[in-house]
Amino acid sequence: MANTPLLQMRGVQKRFPGVIALDNVSLEVGKGEVVALCGENGAGKSTMMKILGGVYQPDGGEILVDGQPVQINNVVDAMKLGIAFIHQELNVLDNLDVAANVFLGREPLITPFRLIDQKKIHADTEPLLKRLGLNISSRTRLDKLSLAQQQMVEIAKALSLNARIIIMDEPTSSLTLTETERLLELVGELSKSGVSIVYISHRLAEVDHCADRVVVFRDGKNAGGLDRTEISHDRIVSLMVGREIKSFYAASTAVKTPGYFKVRNAKSSRYPGKSVSFDAARGEILGFAGLVGAGRSELMKAVVGLDAAGGAEVAIGSDSLKINSPRNAIDHGIYLVPEDRRGEGLVTSMTVRENTTLPSLEKFTDFFMISRDKERKVANEQIASLKVKTPGCETRVLNLSGGNQQKVVLGKWLSMSPKVMILDEPTRGIDVGAKAEIYKIMRSLADNGAVILMISSDMEEVLNVSDRVAVMHEGRITGVLERDACKEENVMQLAVGKEIAAAKPAFVN
Amino acid sequence: MKKELGILSLLVALCVATSLKNPQFLSAANLANNANLVGIYGIFSLGLGLVIITGGIDLSVGAMFALTGVLLPMALREWHWAWPVAAAAALALPMAMGWVHGFLITRMKVQPFIVTLCGLMIYRGIARFIAGDNTKGFGSAEGFLPLKNFTTGRLFQKLDPVTGREIFTGIPMPFVILVVLSIVMWFVLHRSVYGRYLFAVGRNEDSTRFSGINTRRVIASTYVIAGLLTGIAGLLLAFYTNSVSPSNHGNSYELYGIAAAVLGGCSLRGGEGSILGILIGTALLRVLENLVNLLGIPSSLNFAVMGSVVLVGVLADQFFQNRAAKKVAR
Repeated sequence: MANTPLLQMRGVQKRFPGVIALDNVSLEVGKGEVVALCGENGAGKSTMMKILGGVYQPDGGEILVDGQPVQINNVVDAMKLGIAFIHQELNVLDNLDVAANVFLGREPLITPFRLIDQKKIHADTEPLLKRLGLNISSRTRLDKLSLAQQQMVEIAKALSLNARIIIMDEPTSSLTLTETERLLELVGELSKSGVSIVYISHRLAEVDHCADRVVVFRDGKNAGGLDRTEISHDRIVSLMVGREIKSFYAASTAVKTPGYFKVRNAKSSRYPGKSVSFDAARGEILGFAGLVGAGRSELMKAVVGLDAAGGAEVAIGSDSLKINSPRNAIDHGIYLVPEDRRGEGLVTSMTVRENTTLPSLEKFTDFFMISRDKERKVANEQIASLKVKTPGCETRVLNLSGGNQQKVVLGKWLSMSPKVMILDEPTRGIDVGAKAEIYKIMRSLADNGAVILMISSDMEEVLNVSDRVAVMHEGRITGVLERDACKEENVMQLAVGKEIAAAKPAFVN
Repeated sequence: MKKELGILSLLVALCVATSLKNPQFLSAANLANNANLVGIYGIFSLGLGLVIITGGIDLSVGAMFALTGVLLPMALREWHWAWPVAAAAALALPMAMGWVHGFLITRMKVQPFIVTLCGLMIYRGIARFIAGDNTKGFGSAEGFLPLKNFTTGRLFQKLDPVTGREIFTGIPMPFVILVVLSIVMWFVLHRSVYGRYLFAVGRNEDSTRFSGINTRRVIASTYVIAGLLTGIAGLLLAFYTNSVSPSNHGNSYELYGIAAAVLGGCSLRGGEGSILGILIGTALLRVLENLVNLLGIPSSLNFAVMGSVVLVGVLADQFFQNRAAKKVAR
């Protein structure tokens, strides 16, 4: 760090109408350094990175690369300076092959007719894939690849641009544990070869794992920084929220009724040959861990009747239920909060009110006409009790932050007194403060006698929030861990399909 | 509401401008004729609007007109069906076709565009075949005069008892029917549970299904409703033209309906639109056609004028939306 840092952003300011997004914020990145950028949603991380990537123009401050002041007017300028941005939502064309994606807009051409030089484009792509340790052909269509591989293709694109700084925004949010490990390894390798990384993540374990330095933003200001040796979970969190978060994970106070919710012979179209059975207790949070692709989401969809080819025998208490469609499940008080909030949980162009009442709209009618007053009453109740940050119930959901959107999804089901609440990755992409609130909501639901099933790929979350953890591997439950056996190694063993002594069976007949 | 206000002011401006240039525009005969056409076009445009709000499309409207249009005079005059039966069949047939469309779209997962495009070709072909490519007419309407009088009649028409001359032209029946249907459809779309589901399905079918709504039934039902409205409009249109030539009766009417719905604020991506908007859009297109005639613009330019207005309308809407979005953006 003796020489000039590769990148210096000094006193950056950015105002949007009504908001000061960045107030005199600075950031330095050295050559080959991995800087983790932490902060709650809305703290200004994305805005800062968008300024660096040329998407936004700063209102004040300066940017220096190699000590020279630079002007980044657009994305092309940023690319020329060797700055590559890997967005959380991947920007790939899945109908084209790997090489076409890597060299999109910069295709090597054969001169007279400006046709694409097929030989060269593939010859240039292959070494990049090798360097990333990707064992795929450059001719593979992207829709044949996993999300992790698609992300690697984006990184390959960054390398093909000779990027010196790669910004990764929540790169692991849709990756499995092994894929995450591979990515973190790669981050290390890239940094050794002199590429600097700005790593944005809510997963503090990853930050701890790969970062040389942590920079924390809070409310559009620098909240502090931690060097390698100072990095710890608690210190990052307290910098992020500006106070100590106590009781992040609430302890269970419920009297549990084991075997209250029974699922037998659940079959999903993803693993048609395998059937899954499990019991969950009234008053407990049963976590579902496993690698992505283990069939957890598919299992839950089969349980609530969303899998046309699959299905399950389901019983609550002593009543066995017939569930052929989501309507049946909802009528029995079994609700699913899906993984994809915007795509499956909400109609984002509709208001908070309309989203809240959608599954139970018939209850809000007078003579077949919807009574908006009744709707408003219930929506406002949920807004108040879940502390949803919104100007009001008539605000469109797309204008809310991720955490608040998730609360709207929760609110719509809470207004219908759930018996069984299934949450699929409930806190993905949600900031620390809102996470703690969502955990609290889940716990109080359980304490009030509901069954909570929670799928989570966040190890920390699944170990700390759950009362018991069921671990899945390739379409079946390999074992269930009781509270005192909930350890990372145990989960990992079961997740890769090994039997271990600490695991209990998923159900008793 | 803003959207509707925009094209409403355009409609009013066009009406004022046309009547200043040619006072004929405000003559009773012209107004009545316009009202009649607005009625017919408006009725099927409402149905198309519903389909478009769910993110679908129906290209078969005009061909349905041709098919019911040739079958109706044949049933009445050649097969001697009782007129109530024939009229009921003329409504039931498009509904059945709509049901088939809905089935193919929601169960067989064929895209609405393809399903109704095939429908367009099939119905038109069958119509021409059945009629032997001959024009079919209602003639003197012997035996079904009540039906003819009802569809082409006028409400509140007043004739001078002595001379038989018109004192008040009256309101053409199709317009009256449109008003009634619009009120019903307004409640259905903007106030009922079903209407809310239409918007939800149109914007995000998955989320809606996850909320326990039978989205397939909701989507399929819009094609049946559109079929019914097409049937009603088809009946009125057949008696309005009085003779039906199977090769061009109702040709490209679906495009008028789509244009009206889009002008009125429906988005072809689904999830947006209003009854009022569709009505104003329909009226605007009718007035444009009338204006071309009254102002002595070559009628061959008819389509070009409509196309331009739709394009300008959509661009203006985009412009205002972008401005609004910029205001909101942080």
